[in-house]
Amino acid sequence: MGAEPAIDRKRSGDPGTRRKCGFGSRGLFRRIVIGVPYFWLVALFLVPFLIVVKISLSQTAVAMPPYLPTFGDPSTWWSGLQQFSFDNYVWISSDDLYFNAYVLSLAIAAASTVLTLLIAYPLAYGMAKAPPAWRTTLVMLVILPFWTSFLIRVYAWIAILKPEGLLNQLLISIGLISEPLVILNTPTAIFIGIVYSYLPFMTLPIYASLDRMDQSLIEAAADLGSPPLKSFWTITFPLSLPGVVAGCFLVFIPAAGEFVIPDLLGGSRTLMIGKTVWLEFFTNRDWPVASAVAVVLVAILVVPIVVFQRQQARIG
Amino acid sequence: MGWRLSKFNVVSMVFGFSFLYLPIVLLVVYSFNASRLVTVWSGFSTVWYRELWNNRGLLDAAWVTLRVGLLSASIATVLGTMAAIALARYRRFTGRTLMTGMVYAPLVMPEVITGLSLLLFFVAIDLDRGFWTVTLAHISFTMCFVTVVVQSRLVSFDRSLEDAAMDLGATPTVTFFQITLPLIWPAVAAGWMLAFTLSLDDLVIASFTTGPGATTLPMKIYSQVRLGVTPEINAVCTILIAIVSVGVIVATLINKRRLVRQARNERLAAEG
Repeated sequence: MGAEPAIDRKRSGDPGTRRKCGFGSRGLFRRIVIGVPYFWLVALFLVPFLIVVKISLSQTAVAMPPYLPTFGDPSTWWSGLQQFSFDNYVWISSDDLYFNAYVLSLAIAAASTVLTLLIAYPLAYGMAKAPPAWRTTLVMLVILPFWTSFLIRVYAWIAILKPEGLLNQLLISIGLISEPLVILNTPTAIFIGIVYSYLPFMTLPIYASLDRMDQSLIEAAADLGSPPLKSFWTITFPLSLPGVVAGCFLVFIPAAGEFVIPDLLGGSRTLMIGKTVWLEFFTNRDWPVASAVAVVLVAILVVPIVVFQRQQARIG
Repeated sequence: MGWRLSKFNVVSMVFGFSFLYLPIVLLVVYSFNASRLVTVWSGFSTVWYRELWNNRGLLDAAWVTLRVGLLSASIATVLGTMAAIALARYRRFTGRTLMTGMVYAPLVMPEVITGLSLLLFFVAIDLDRGFWTVTLAHISFTMCFVTVVVQSRLVSFDRSLEDAAMDLGATPTVTFFQITLPLIWPAVAAGWMLAFTLSLDDLVIASFTTGPGATTLPMKIYSQVRLGVTPEINAVCTILIAIVSVGVIVATLINKRRLVRQARNERLAAEG
């Protein structure tokens, strides 16, 4: 198409060509619609990330901004480039604190992804089997908590989980336990927080793939004598896998870098990596080390992120 | 799927939905507690709501949050819709893969990284931090959500209408405003609402990119929560939950009525 010379607008291209390139292949509209968001994303997503990489290679300084070198006068760029060092990365790898935080974050994210799946799948399955008239309402019931503030939902759990909180009051009053359980400020509380906050992200993609499924497949299997459980494992579950995979990514990736949940529910002993970045930045004011920790986290998450994008692009 | 609910289906739904709603319900109930102790019930009272009205810090923060949310959601909706059209309607352009990556990556990027990178960017270009930097940051992380919502609508609707308009000589701009926008309008509105609530909700990105005089409500709530659970915070949260729930329910009802009317018109047209 690009090679075609400019011809009379009205006659340009047969319908076939036009369908392939949608709104036409050149013109102001196309340039604006592609150019403006493109520019914005490059300027406020890509460039900032490259700056993080650059600062992770700089040295800490007692100044504002607290790192060296800075981009100022172009004549000093070359000498600035020579000051780049991998010291921050060496520092991260030599201190067990960071290594443990990475491992703990990935382990907690993985375990809570599995837990979320175990609760979300039966929920989505029930929703997909409910009468069609209910389904809009049920979907809205899943979405509604997602619209309400994340911070508020995490906060709500503090009052429930703390030693003199509502859960312990309930358990003691029905005589199940005599001493209050310590749940707040433990990894258990983080699991509860992540499962609770991310449940809609898992439920909705699974529900969507179950809802799309052709019901006659199950009927055919039943007619041919397949027991329901076998039909589920050989037909329903494999067909719902795209939803399961999408849901797992949507839970795992953000959970690995989660800050609010471990900070409010996990206490100070369970140090996840999102909180490490926060502490390095706000408490230690060590911007280069915070940047290096962030770069390593992205490097770890880049594989799941790319796989997720591929899958989304395929569905889209 | 067929619709015969087994006992297992009912139990798993009851469990799932109580898990989702119980904490929120408890929070709302305890915001009307007369006692300062949040876990001991001592009678109904609206004292914490009155207290709230006199809390200047919280009201100021709510005002900042509202302005950031309205402004950033509106700009993010325009940018996100553009990006959605670019990805859904132009199959081939230079850097399409990069653009797809830049749209999907922020959806799952941990917030601390987005916040840190934007802050370092604002420092590098020497922009004074405050209301505008928070707004810019919110536009860039919420526009990707708008793109995904609008794009899924663009992909699913009947393209022959656009083709017909353009075959009849309408320019892409005219086709977009006359044909495409009215058809994708519900998705654009949903995208705006999503962007708005994400902005209202955000703690981490705002904490990184804010400056003096631009404390948002989540930042205020967070700093108070760190000191302990208080009934005032329960009251703030209840008000926020009420606003969002009413908004979502009204939007859903409007959308449903629109669909019903559309179905009736189509039926009448078919009969007529």
